[in-house]
Amino acid sequence: MHLSEPKQVEMFWMMLLARRLDERAWVLHRQGKIAFHISGIGQEAAQVGAAFALRRGEDWVVPYYRDLALMLCLGYTPREFMLSLMGKREDPSSGGRQMPSHWSLRRVNVVSHSAPVATQTPHAVGVALAIKLRREDKVVLTTIGEGATSQGEWYEAVNWAAVHRLPVVFMVENNGYAISEPVEKQMAVEGAAARACGLGLEGVAVDGTDALAVYAAVARSVEKARSGEGPTLIEARMYRLTPHSSDDDDRTYRTREEVEAAKRRDPLLRMRQHLEAQGWLTPEGLERMEAEAKALVEDAVDYATRAPYPAPEEAAYPVFSAEVRRG
Amino acid sequence: MARLTMREAISQALWEEMERDPKVFIMGEEVGVWGGTYAVTRGFYDHFGPERVRDTPISEAAIVGAAIGAALVGLRPVAEIMTINFAFVAMDHIVNQAAKLHYMFGGQMVLPLVIRTVGGGGRQLGATHSQTPDAVFAHFPGLKVVAPGTPADAKGLLKAAIRCDDPVLFIEHATLYQLRGEVPEGDYTVPIGRSKVQREGRDVTIVTYSKMLDISLKAAEELAREDIEVEVVDLRTLRPLDMEPVLESVKKTNRAVVVEEGWKSYGVGAEVAARIYEEAFDYLDAPVKRVAQVEVPLPYNRTLEQLALPQVKDVVQAVKEVL
Ligand SMILES: Cc1ncc(C[n+]2csc(CCOP(=O)(O)OP(=O)(O)O)c2C)c(N)n1
Repeated sequence: MHLSEPKQVEMFWMMLLARRLDERAWVLHRQGKIAFHISGIGQEAAQVGAAFALRRGEDWVVPYYRDLALMLCLGYTPREFMLSLMGKREDPSSGGRQMPSHWSLRRVNVVSHSAPVATQTPHAVGVALAIKLRREDKVVLTTIGEGATSQGEWYEAVNWAAVHRLPVVFMVENNGYAISEPVEKQMAVEGAAARACGLGLEGVAVDGTDALAVYAAVARSVEKARSGEGPTLIEARMYRLTPHSSDDDDRTYRTREEVEAAKRRDPLLRMRQHLEAQGWLTPEGLERMEAEAKALVEDAVDYATRAPYPAPEEAAYPVFSAEVRRG
Repeated sequence: MARLTMREAISQALWEEMERDPKVFIMGEEVGVWGGTYAVTRGFYDHFGPERVRDTPISEAAIVGAAIGAALVGLRPVAEIMTINFAFVAMDHIVNQAAKLHYMFGGQMVLPLVIRTVGGGGRQLGATHSQTPDAVFAHFPGLKVVAPGTPADAKGLLKAAIRCDDPVLFIEHATLYQLRGEVPEGDYTVPIGRSKVQREGRDVTIVTYSKMLDISLKAAEELAREDIEVEVVDLRTLRPLDMEPVLESVKKTNRAVVVEEGWKSYGVGAEVAARIYEEAFDYLDAPVKRVAQVEVPLPYNRTLEQLALPQVKDVVQAVKEVL
């Protein structure tokens, strides 16, 4: 499961781009230019690690709202992200109908996902069932926050996948909090991986700030799923470095010291240091990357700002399939 | 009288009931340390402690299910469902259990349960955070459904709900928490199942509730400048539905418009209009008009969202159409 130098550098690039886009989203929100943002800052390593373990564009992905870095790896573009933040007509997820970061991207096999948490898990199991019924050589990756694993339907879905040995990888992005509630208020076990033991599938906990470790864990689970050995539950442990969303003030439930300490374990920093230690990333190389990311972010913001909003009459469709306007 | 916001009024009701009766306790997602998604229970955790102000896992079915269990054996839980959209996750407990246990078992055990939740759109939160499915819940016999539109009613009705031995779904509106109004001093309740005339007028009756009360009162102001006097009846409770003030008003004005935020099909307006036709048909000088949400999942984009929600101008226009 070794990843070549260019692959590892590419991983870092994806993490960096996601981070800079995400930071800009916060700025846009403060400027009153967007209504809502929910962030993936601190979770990029796990998302990129998982994405690189897939046959991207072929395997199915049923993501959750923090997965910007995962989406970028699959081919979602900075422009598309900005379009969605601004609720523009050209937003590929929904044409401005759904909240930002509720991804849907048919062209790379990303299944539409909704806002009630854990609803994506049974959907992912259904996709895996379809793969099995059609005897396709594909797998499904689905992600979720640790808090959402307290939902009954999450258990129902994971249990079912285990019983039917479906080709699905469940990745829990355990960022320590569900809004204000720390993990201990969601589960009496130490982490989501331990939830696997009563459901009859393998549960693996991995350092979610280490992209390579997550890659290795997901790659192994994907192989298992492809060879008919059923699902795996992976818990990637990390820390949510931002408030829950642009509606949240996290100072009411966690100390600044705690957040500062977590920043020292920033996954972006970790990957950078790793590449530098290998001699794969020079200061000039990093500077070039930063400049490129900045240019892409600027371009995306400009493009999305100029893009038209949906026309008022577009509010009325497409409620049913016959009303889809394609093209 | 004090001028309070809706948030303060609801918060006071809960606080006073918890002080009054040790059997009352709160549980839900984020209700404790965070003080609730809409800050209604801010300060409760420190004052009443984690025993009575319980942060739960993200498990709506268990929140309502466990509240039912606790209520059946004599406690008075106030279960909070973060938004009404997530009540669908707990639908079995709400409509198959809470609404039916008392009847199915011949009234052996009462179910003094309050489910507090938040409905409504207008905050750009997308279709699955913005619904107004009040009528869906009001469909089920056995479940009381309350949706206040003023701070005074919110306080009095919530206190009544907590003291009530039946399950009550108490629906607050996401965009009304800052609304200010006069609230009586001291302990008082507002009876569940009583509609109220919130503005008197002779020309047209508007029947409405919750956020649409505010919209309707604004429309009434506008119409008054054109010398059209609208009477606004606030349902306040959707089940049991009190039609008396509505029918009395219609008998006086001979015209009615029903304004609701939810979708028109099979909605509150459909029910109210049907009852008016059944019980006051001979008094009507025009067909009853309904103002409601455009029949789409509520879009995120602000322009589209506002377009889909009923606005003051829609109410004004509907009133003019029945004149
Ligand atoms: C069924 C349901 N209940 C409640 C919510 C409100 N809500 C949105 S995100 C969230 C916390 C989720 O925490 P977690 O699963 O740990 O993911 P994180 O946001 O921390 O990544 C909650 C309670 C929801 N969206 N859906």
